[in-house]
Amino acid sequence: MEFLRPATWDEALAAKAEYPTALPISGGTDVMVEMNFDVHRPSAILDLNRIGDLATWSIDGDVVRLGAAVPYSRIIDELSEPLPGLALAAHTVGSPQIRNRGSVGGNLGAASPAGDSHPALLAAGRDVFVEAASVRGTRLIPIDDFYTGVKRNSLEADELIRAVHIPVADGPQQFSKIGTRNAMVIAVCAFGFALHPKSRTVGTGIGSAAPTPRRAVEAEEYLQGVLAERGLWESGDLLGSEVVQRFGELVRAAASPIDDVRGTADYRKHALAVMARRTLTWTWNDYSKQIRSAA
Amino acid sequence: MRVTFTANGKPVEADDVWEGESLLYVLRERVGLPGSKNACEQGECGSCTVYLDGVPVCSCLVAAGQVQDREVRTVEGLTEEDGELGLVQQAFVDAGAVQCGFCTPGLLVQTDALLAQDPQPSDTDIREALSGNLCRCTGYEKIMDAVRLASARTCAKAVSE
Repeated sequence: MEFLRPATWDEALAAKAEYPTALPISGGTDVMVEMNFDVHRPSAILDLNRIGDLATWSIDGDVVRLGAAVPYSRIIDELSEPLPGLALAAHTVGSPQIRNRGSVGGNLGAASPAGDSHPALLAAGRDVFVEAASVRGTRLIPIDDFYTGVKRNSLEADELIRAVHIPVADGPQQFSKIGTRNAMVIAVCAFGFALHPKSRTVGTGIGSAAPTPRRAVEAEEYLQGVLAERGLWESGDLLGSEVVQRFGELVRAAASPIDDVRGTADYRKHALAVMARRTLTWTWNDYSKQIRSAA
Repeated sequence: MRVTFTANGKPVEADDVWEGESLLYVLRERVGLPGSKNACEQGECGSCTVYLDGVPVCSCLVAAGQVQDREVRTVEGLTEEDGELGLVQQAFVDAGAVQCGFCTPGLLVQTDALLAQDPQPSDTDIREALSGNLCRCTGYEKIMDAVRLASARTCAKAVSE
């Protein structure tokens, strides 16, 4: 096994081009588990820790460019205002020690359906992009096209994730996750939800209840229709239990979970409907308050 | 491969390190610092917690090659300069927060980090900070006592200085 230690981003891309099967490592919270348990023996490990840029973020206009290796702990501390959904999701990752090392880039690279970032990224809108780079150039992959299968993503073998582009929140966002306890749990299932008042859209993200993280597109369309028809974006009036209920059912219908050690498919579907109703209610209450205080 | 880094303020060097080896293994088996404990090897138990460049991390999840030229501080580095127990260590002894002791090194480092950031944490903050450190003996009550005691002593020390 080789241990590659590029000092710059260009060196990293050159190394990945030369060793396409090299496994990138940053926080190590996934990679080292596989190594310690001998699950995976890559031909080479590509350490990204020395590339300081990867652990930085910036805001340009209304988009956050989040470096792939910014640890969850810093997302919570520094980005909970522009990225509330992702910050909430970050807070549910592992433990403080894990959050000090783990990053969204790692979650995307591993592409586990149970990754906590994914529902928040999916819910954050249609302008979320994964910035992937290789010696051939840089491309922005829409988040909707990123997840291709269980632990599979649309990266090419010579590509590395450099950053994620996420719109600054323009409305309330929520994240909810079911686990056996409050810390150190892999999600049994998770749900991310966001209101996007500017574009009059809503965003959803389902975690751990399908082969890939996915949206509940019909639920989004239903809710957008109701909000538009009844002028609720303008009034901030109550949604009513029928709407909330229907939204939950549509989220439930969008999932295709399996029975496994963490939970049954039935339980996951049930829990998703509950989380969908709750996160919708929480965010809508926040939004109504904003409308009322602005009036 | 060879890995050189700073451990508890001293330069250390490890040879013949396997590329997939963890920092924890290097500390325990190659540079004579067995204080950090190996239990789960997957970041769930926190027994191997060390500071890496001042940030508490699970050393079992850091690849040895990643610590090249960096600074590591282990439970051994929490003692006073004269070798006496450090404030957090003494508080754990005094509160009876140590039973089998296997989780203690990780709890000490994590508590040290918590108090450095917030000398007067609430009980909720303590539980949150220690949520990645498992103890199967104490039921955590004595550990809570120890952190409260360490907090009180940290604050008293700050006032007297």
